[in-house]
Formats: sequence, structure tokens, C-alpha cells
Amino acid sequence: MTANGSSALGATVPEEVAFAQEVPRGEPILEVRDLVKHFPLTKGILLKKQVGAVKAVDGVTFDLMQGETLGIVGESGCGKSTLAKVLMNLEPATAGSVRYKGQEISRLSGAALKAVRRNIQMVFQDPYTSLNPRMTVGDIIGEPYEIHPEVAPRGDRRKAVQDLLDVVGLNPEYINRYPHQFSGGQRQRIGIARGLALKPEVIICDEPVSALDVSVQAQVINLLEQLQSEFELSYMFIAHDLSIVRHISDRVGVMYLGKMVEIGTDAEIYDHATHPYTQALLSAVPVPDPTARESRDRIVLTGDVPSPANPPSGCRFRTRCWKAQDRCAAEVPLLAAPFWLGGAARHDSACHFAAEREVGQSAAEREVGQSAAEREVGQSAAEREAGKAGSGAD
Amino acid sequence: MTTAVDSTRSKRDAPYEGPLLDVRDLHVEFVTRDGVAKAVNGVDYSVRAGETLAVLGESGSGKSVTAQAIMGILDMPPARIPRGEIRFRGRDMLKMGKEERRKIRGQEIAMIFQDALSSLNPVLSVGFQLGEMFRAHQGASRKEARDKAVELMDRVRIPAAKQRVNDYPHQFSGGMRQRIMIAMALALEPDLIIADEPTTALDVTVQAQVMDLLAELQAEYNMGLILITHDLGVVADVADKIAVMYAGRIVETAPVHELYARPAHPYTRGLLDSIPRLDQKGQELYAIKGLPPNLLRIPKGCAFNPRCPRAQDRCRAEVPELYPVTEDDGAPLAGRGSACFFWKETLHDR
Ligand SMILES: Nc1ncnc2c1ncn2[C@@H]1O[C@H](COP(=O)(O)OP(=O)(O)OP(=O)(O)O)[C@@H](O)[C@H]1O
Ligand SMILES: Nc1ncnc2c1ncn2[C@@H]1O[C@H](COP(=O)(O)OP(=O)(O)OP(=O)(O)O)[C@@H](O)[C@H]1O
Ligand code: SF4
Ligand SMILES: [Mg+2]
Ligand SMILES: [Mg+2]
Repeated sequence: MTANGSSALGATVPEEVAFAQEVPRGEPILEVRDLVKHFPLTKGILLKKQVGAVKAVDGVTFDLMQGETLGIVGESGCGKSTLAKVLMNLEPATAGSVRYKGQEISRLSGAALKAVRRNIQMVFQDPYTSLNPRMTVGDIIGEPYEIHPEVAPRGDRRKAVQDLLDVVGLNPEYINRYPHQFSGGQRQRIGIARGLALKPEVIICDEPVSALDVSVQAQVINLLEQLQSEFELSYMFIAHDLSIVRHISDRVGVMYLGKMVEIGTDAEIYDHATHPYTQALLSAVPVPDPTARESRDRIVLTGDVPSPANPPSGCRFRTRCWKAQDRCAAEVPLLAAPFWLGGAARHDSACHFAAEREVGQSAAEREVGQSAAEREVGQSAAEREAGKAGSGAD
Repeated sequence: MTTAVDSTRSKRDAPYEGPLLDVRDLHVEFVTRDGVAKAVNGVDYSVRAGETLAVLGESGSGKSVTAQAIMGILDMPPARIPRGEIRFRGRDMLKMGKEERRKIRGQEIAMIFQDALSSLNPVLSVGFQLGEMFRAHQGASRKEARDKAVELMDRVRIPAAKQRVNDYPHQFSGGMRQRIMIAMALALEPDLIIADEPTTALDVTVQAQVMDLLAELQAEYNMGLILITHDLGVVADVADKIAVMYAGRIVETAPVHELYARPAHPYTRGLLDSIPRLDQKGQELYAIKGLPPNLLRIPKGCAFNPRCPRAQDRCRAEVPELYPVTEDDGAPLAGRGSACFFWKETLHDR
């Protein structure tokens, strides 16, 4: 096979050879630096004029380590799926860099792009729409071999697909069935089998269990974990269920409006969060334990997430933040370990006033800081107060 | 704050002792091309004023169909109700005439749906749709209706309600639309609200706002609330009591604290065990094996038997009824029931 992988930048990546070297466990396999993805907002039908941009991902930096699971959490629209698509090269990056095993991959095309795609695969959220209803399960799982025949020569494919079905816990005899003949959990397994077909090293899971029943979610999570240790996979795991993310992740990144606002080990994020947004997000998660009801100290955020086409200046969270000061509007906080904190609190957090939440900090104390933010959003103190009143269902 | 809805207050003063809503042995089937789908196979639950009942169960277990039967909004056919009673304030609604039921709907029982965007009319302003409730049911004038709409929007904390009353649904965020749905349900100050997954489509931070608002208004108006959800966290947060559904039946009922502390049905137990816990990190999660049943072919005996770690021959032959759950010495446990032959063993299995 000829190595003709010249990219737009002129860099040559000889396919097959380029990504062969092993990355030791715990070293970065993916290095993401200042990654930006803007979607242009245009006006006019014939002469399209750009009038702005949706800043879906706006300067995101992190590493994915070999063999780890990095969880990504954040509210709807904060850019999680866009980040995944840019890493997968399904969308071109607007700026920034993504290195896979040390090589820039964000501007590849042709054979070099093909080679990278083989190594980074994706499992999608929706097991109901992400599979082509007119293809058999065998064709769906074997489809990647059409593009990468070197992985499984034609004669071996049926066997390869049956092996994959077996690996994900489906009966290999189901190879000729169609997606509608499977349940949601089974369809998600088909999606996972397809993601594994090319023996990738990195799998990006975008909400892989969100559409599944609680009783089936655990089965799929267990499968993902088992496959990770069997095939030494690195996962980026996007989800909104924070307890599942904690269960599966070694590290967790929290996104807000196109930015990574905090990143650290699962304990650093869940037990020692220092960014107000992370704290609010964690406190809002309903705990499946009725005895925790009375002791719950929830931060109820008011106001809506601002538009990513027109994000607030400075810190993007400031319009909803109870700690916001003038500095927050003027200066963008960098994602870095705050020098004024120690111990587990000292991990990357993009807040000028990063600090652990004092347990039992009273609503009144938060209220003091809140007044600044209030003027921005134009909501009355009474409204906020009312929004914070406990659920009082008892 | 004065509310827009004081006019109907008096009806609540009528002395009525029993449960607001009492569903007994409800069955609902759908006639489909492939056969009869038994969506609801004997549901029993009740709600009192001021009480929150959470209905928990996986997709397809019949939670919404039960709610639609209560509201009287099932399409019949294909649906039919071969058996059961739905008593509202003691009177069986299944025996009432169309007109009487229509009056109860909206005025006395209101429903909040999962997807606010598709249940609001996109081409009418939010203010018009809210006001319409007062024009249709109370003969309010246009001006009165508009004023009441603004008050309601205020009540559910839509900022700058006066300025936004003429806006259309798509101009509001998901959380705001869900709050407008709550306003709509509250408009006529019903006695009972059925909320079908009211926050499933929302982010956790917005979900917290909406749930808090709903619980607060419920307490204020002393309404009964049926909350349909599959989120064990939300249930633990707001419910007084719980009914767990599986394959169209209630398999367990219990007050909230007891259900989490001592489940008496293997399915409930399995659900609680599959929640990821901190001390289990790095270990396999407990997973209920197998898949939810196909309603066209519900397993013989206990519908849960193919997935149940406790199943015995008896479970494959006989259908367990909802047995009262008691302490070992026979002391009754108020409000507890389990449709499992081995409820006693399950109760101790912790
Ligand atoms: N192709 C596109 N064109 C224009 N805007 C887009 C496009 N794709 C995404 N966006 C916008 O980018 C932002 C981020 O979207 P994205 O899908 O990445 O969010 P997300 O974090 O995955 O949300 P969710 O949790 O709802 O899946 C949103 O405001 C979205 O509307
Ligand atoms: N019009 C219909 N015709 C045939 N079957 C129906 C109809 N409506 C509902 N069903 C079936 O009844 C069963 C119960 O549905 P229901 O909507 O009550 O489930 P649910 O518990 O609310 O689930 P979910 O959590 O997914 O909302 C389902 O299997 C569904 O397919
Ligand atoms: S009746 Fe039998 S099968 Fe059903 S839940 Fe109880 S033990 Fe399991
Ligand atoms: Mg997404
Ligand atoms: Mg439903």
C-alpha cells in the first residue's frame, strides 16, 4: 500500500506505520490544545453573509491518557457532542490542535485521515436512529471493513462480525437480523460492536446509555468496562448522568458554554470541586436516597444558559454565578490549578475565586455574592429567594 | 401575592375524607395488528390531597397509559378498558358521561406532559393559550384572561412576564416552557395534577428549578400529585409514597423511606442495586439480567420471573397478587404491598 497521506498542511503521515507505536499507560494518547469550533451564522439566501458564529467549542485544552476513561459532563448545548465530532474529524476544527500519539490530526485528509479514523471510533447516543434500518446487523458491524479491508479480508468478515457479536454479548446467530428486531440495549451493543470492528485505541462514547432503561444501563456500562480492560482502550465518555460518569471515569471534565471549566480526578471533581458551576451542577443532582432530603443543600441556579453565539465577556458563567465580581466580566479566567489552594482542591479550575464549597454554607451567605450577578440578569432578589426555597413536599 | 385562581377555592372546602383518586384493578388493552397488547394489567393506587405519589417503572411498563386512562384521553379504539374503577372523590369516572368527564379534566385533574414544546400550540402566543383556560371554563373577558395569564406566568417565575405574555412557545427555553406547562395545569386550580416525566427532557440544574416549583405550589394549594418518572433520584427527593410498575402491574407500593431502605419485591431491589454507589467504583455494577417483556407475550406466572434471581417453579405457574407486607410478627406496615410470593425473604435480604 502506498503512503500517500499528504494533508492540507503538507504533512505526510504514512498510513499503517504512523500510529503503530505504543503509548505507555498513563501517557497522553490524545492531546487537545485550544480547540475551537465555530458554526457560522449566515444571513441571506444567495449571497450568504456571515453575521456571527455559534461558538460551540471555544478554546478547549485537555489530554486523554492511554487506558483511562475521561468523563465529560455539562448541560445541553455546552458543546460536548461538537467536541466529540471535531476529535473524530467529522467536523473540521476552526482553530487549535489535536495530536494523536504526538502527531497533529486535526487537518488531515485522504489516506492519513483514514488511518486516524481507524484508531478513533465513536459510539452514539441513540440506539434507535444511529443504525440503518435497511441493513442487516452483519452489514452494519462489517461496514467499516469496506473502508479498511486490511483489517479483515473479505473471506474472514463473517467470522470477524460473529466474533464481535459474541464479544458484546449478542448471539452470533443474529447476524442476519435487522435493527428493529432488537431492543434498545441490544441495539446499543450493536453500535459498540461496530465501534470495535477496526480494533481502535480510542473510543468516544457520546451518551451511550442515556436512551436506555435503568435496568439495562448497568449491563452496557459493565460491557464497556470489560472491553476496556480486555482491549486496553481509552475512553472519552460523554454523559449527563453524573453518578454513572463517576462510576466509570478516572478523570472528569466539566464544560460550560464551549469551555472546559474544571478538570480533575473523579474525587477532585466530585468531592473537592472548586468551580461554582461544578458545585451547582453536583448539588442539583437528585440523590437516590430519601434520607438525604433534609440535609440537602442545593444551589438552585436561576436564569438560562446564555446563547453560545453571544457569550458573556470574561467568565462565561458570571451571569448565573453568585460569586461574580467586576473582575469576572473583565478577565477570562484560565483553566489552571489555583495557586491559593492546596491538597485535592488544587486541580485545574477556571474561576478567579476558585474555592471548595463549605458544607452547609447558608443560602444567605451565597445571597451576598449573588447580588452582583443579579444586576446582570435583571432578576429580583425575591425571585431568587423563592427559587431557592426547598421542595417541601413533606 | 394574589393569585389568579381564587375564584374556585370554595370547592376544596367541601368535606371529603377518602382518597382524592382511587384506582382499582385497572386494565387497559390495545388491539393491534399483531394481537392484543395488555398494557395495563391490574393497577391499584390512590392519592390523597397534598400527597405525592411517584409511579416508577421502565419504558413500556404502562405508566403513561394508566395516566391517560385517568385523564380520559385514551383513543378508544384501539384502546379498551375491560375492567377496573377510577374513583375521583369517591365516584367512578369510568361510569360518568362524556360531558361530566370533560368538566373534571382541566378543572379538577390536570396533566403535565413530558414534552412541553409539542403540547403547546406553536402558532398561538403563550399568553393566549393560558388565557384561553379562563375564557373557556370561566367565561373571562379577553382583558381579564390576559391579566390572569400574566399573573400565572409570574407565579411560575417567568421573568418580565408582562413583556413576554405575547411571545410564542419557541421563544422560551426548555425550562421556561415546562414552567408554562405547569402554569397551564395550575390555571384552574385543580385538586390533582398528573405530571408525566415533567423534567426528563431538561438539564439537571433546570430540572431542580422545575421540581422545586412544582413541589412548592403543590404544598401551597394542597394538591394531590402523581409524578411519573424513571429517575430514582427525583423520586427520593419529592415523593411521599411510591408505586413500582412492571409489565402493566403494580409490583410494589411503599412509603418512600421504606422502599429505599427495605424493598419487598426483587425488581425494586434490582433497580436500587443497579444505582452506581461510591464504594463500588472499579467493580461491576449490579445489573438486572435480561430484557423487559414484550407485552404481546407476557411471561406466564409472575411477569418478572425470567429475570428474577429468586424465581421458583411457583413463580412460573401462578400470578402473585399484591400481598400486604407486614413485619415478622404480623404487625402491618401501612401502605406496603408486594406482588411477590417471596416478599418476606426479599424484605430481609439486605
Ligand atoms: N451544525 C451546527 N450548526 C450550527 N450550530 C450547531 C451545529 N451543531 C451544534 N451547534 C450548536 O453548538 C452548540 C453545542 O452543541 P452540542 O451538540 O455540541 O451540545 P451538547 O453539549 O452535545 O448538548 P446535548 O447535551 O444537548 O447533546 C449548540 O448551541 C448547538 O446548537
Ligand atoms: N395506541 C397504542 N397502541 C398500541 N400499543 C400502545 C398504544 N399506546 C401505548 N401502547 C403500549 O402500551 C405499553 C405501555 O405504554 P406506556 O406509554 O404506558 O409506557 P410508559 O410506562 O409510560 O413508558 P415510558 O417510560 O417509555 O414513557 C407500551 O408497550 C406501548 O407500546
Ligand atoms: S414472584 Fe417469583 S419471579 Fe416474581 S419477583 Fe417474586 S420471586 Fe421473583
Ligand atoms: Mg450532545
Ligand atoms: Mg410514558
